[in-house]
Amino acid sequence: MSVNVEQPAAQPLRAAAFAPGLAFRRFGALIALALLIALNLAITPHFASEQTLSVNLTQICTIVIVGVGMTLVIATGGIDLSVGALMAIAGALAPAFFTGKLFHGGNLYVNIAFSIVVPVAVAGLFGLFNGWLVSRFRIQPIIATLILFIAGRGIAQVWTNGDLQVFKAPQFQAIAIGRVLGVPFQVWIMLVIVVVAAWVLRRTVFGRQVLAIGGNPAAARLAGVPVSRVTCLVYVISGLCSGVAGLIVIAMNSAADANLIGMGMELDAIAAVAVGGTLLSGGKATIFGTLLGAMIIQLVRYTLLANGVPDAAALVAKAVLIVLAVWLQQQELT
Amino acid sequence: MRLRFSGAGGGVVIALLLLIAFGAWRYDGFLGSYNILTVLRYNSMFALVGLGMCFVIMTGGIDLSVGSVAAMSSVVSAYASPYGWVAGLTAGVGAGVAAGSLNGFIISKMRILPFISSLAVMLAASGVGLLLANNQTVSASYASGFTALGQGNLLSAFKPEWVDGDNAGWLGVALGLLFNFPTPAWIALVAYIIGSVVLNQLAFGRHVLAVGGGEEASRLMGLPADRTVFLVYLVSGGFAGLAGVILAAQFGAGQPIEGIGWELFAIASVVVGGTLLTGGKGSVFATLAGVLLLGLIFTILNFENGMGWVSLSAYWQSVVRGAFLFVVVILQTRLTKSAPA
Repeated sequence: MSVNVEQPAAQPLRAAAFAPGLAFRRFGALIALALLIALNLAITPHFASEQTLSVNLTQICTIVIVGVGMTLVIATGGIDLSVGALMAIAGALAPAFFTGKLFHGGNLYVNIAFSIVVPVAVAGLFGLFNGWLVSRFRIQPIIATLILFIAGRGIAQVWTNGDLQVFKAPQFQAIAIGRVLGVPFQVWIMLVIVVVAAWVLRRTVFGRQVLAIGGNPAAARLAGVPVSRVTCLVYVISGLCSGVAGLIVIAMNSAADANLIGMGMELDAIAAVAVGGTLLSGGKATIFGTLLGAMIIQLVRYTLLANGVPDAAALVAKAVLIVLAVWLQQQELT
Repeated sequence: MRLRFSGAGGGVVIALLLLIAFGAWRYDGFLGSYNILTVLRYNSMFALVGLGMCFVIMTGGIDLSVGSVAAMSSVVSAYASPYGWVAGLTAGVGAGVAAGSLNGFIISKMRILPFISSLAVMLAASGVGLLLANNQTVSASYASGFTALGQGNLLSAFKPEWVDGDNAGWLGVALGLLFNFPTPAWIALVAYIIGSVVLNQLAFGRHVLAVGGGEEASRLMGLPADRTVFLVYLVSGGFAGLAGVILAAQFGAGQPIEGIGWELFAIASVVVGGTLLTGGKGSVFATLAGVLLLGLIFTILNFENGMGWVSLSAYWQSVVRGAFLFVVVILQTRLTKSAPA
């Protein structure tokens, strides 16, 4: 990646250097992904297979879904540290519904509907709590969401008493492992969320307002943007996305473990957003970038693992990748 | 949005005293020297990490890497421990300083947001720790005296016989606290005294607050803003390394997977201590009170369970801590409301 930017900068003709620079700025993440795929096709055995694609896509699904909410939050200049904890809450809550323990709807499918809607709504309510703290009390987002980061997983653990809930509910688990057109259902969920969010961010008034707040909150307020309401709403959306991701995790594992669901997810999601090219100070965001960012991070890890590098070393590579990506974006801005 | 807030340090000390008074009133043995010394021994690691975080936050930054840096340093110091406690200490702190310097370099020279930079250093440090330790805990040497850094009591060699006797009276209790004061707590105490002197008496401390108050303005005033920022991350890494040394010494092993969530616990302590996250204002000893306050919640929970009236699982402690943070944060905004935002 670094070679790719250094080259145009080194050319003597400024006008000629500008065009590739612009191309990189717009498609940098895409180019990096393409290079990674090309590299893998060259060196990783059995890379071009349906299984590789399927493994890598299912690895990034929850990160991307949470990352979409995170992108919107970061676009307003905020951050949401509570996403992993909210995933745990949603994941810990769901089994009580489809097993009919907490509430019996009379019919398996009604129960499953409840087990999807209620946990996601609860996660959304916790998101509302975050949004309320940030927009009403003007508490810094990192602190406001730190509260639920600490307490949220505790709530999930208290709810389940820290026990592992194992279940077998194929109808519920279809949301993760069912296949449509040969593609896992969770990938479809991810794609729908990505497309809808990208459309909302680009084409709707709400999307423009989100970016306006991140760009300059005072100016946005003066321009008549309902700053409090929009700010609050992005945290609700982030909560809802976390809820969906929490359900996918437990459906995949056919077990809910409040101690583990979504552990470290906040950092994975933020990393995907940063690598994808969303400005971390707010005001400029790209949902597809977050998708690409998650893919790049996952593919780097996969490349290393598939070629026999230990997982711990892959962590170091991820760290370098994050710093490099953010640094390159800053070079383009100046 | 610059918030002004005074008296936060006083508030947390009062809250801490109230919590201690509550514990002393409700539970037998709460103020017993055994309990006090156990709490201090265990929380000294968090106190050290919190101290570094306090300096970072006063510049308006954040350091997410402290937990994994402590874990990595615990592994390094465990490897060095057979060569004596000095070697273990130096190696652990050195590893922390190295990670902190890297963080400081990325933030002050490459101009990457502290949040992202320290996130990357967090991943890198935990990767390096796991690689060094081969994904296992690394036994520390007992023979070299290294573990005394975590398990020992610094002055116990000088303790007169009668102090632990049954008829020693209040003087015996007081001297017992002194002579049985855990080594890691001494380390933390000395670190806090130095930290307080540095913040309040030295130019560096003034620079830290000035940079936090307004980095651009302090740069225009000719202050070495970049160097100050670099140094606070170096110091934070060093304290995380020191915490890692104590971790390894206390548990007799380097722990590559410890330290998860330490950074957020440290941030919470600093916030509870009334230090503003926007930077420019803060108190070192209020942070110590914040650490003890959050730590005591765990102790109180244990004592409450011991009473037998209720049975609250250990999971409640994070809920209570979160609720506590919530109350403190809301109170802070209430108290700052009168000032122009």
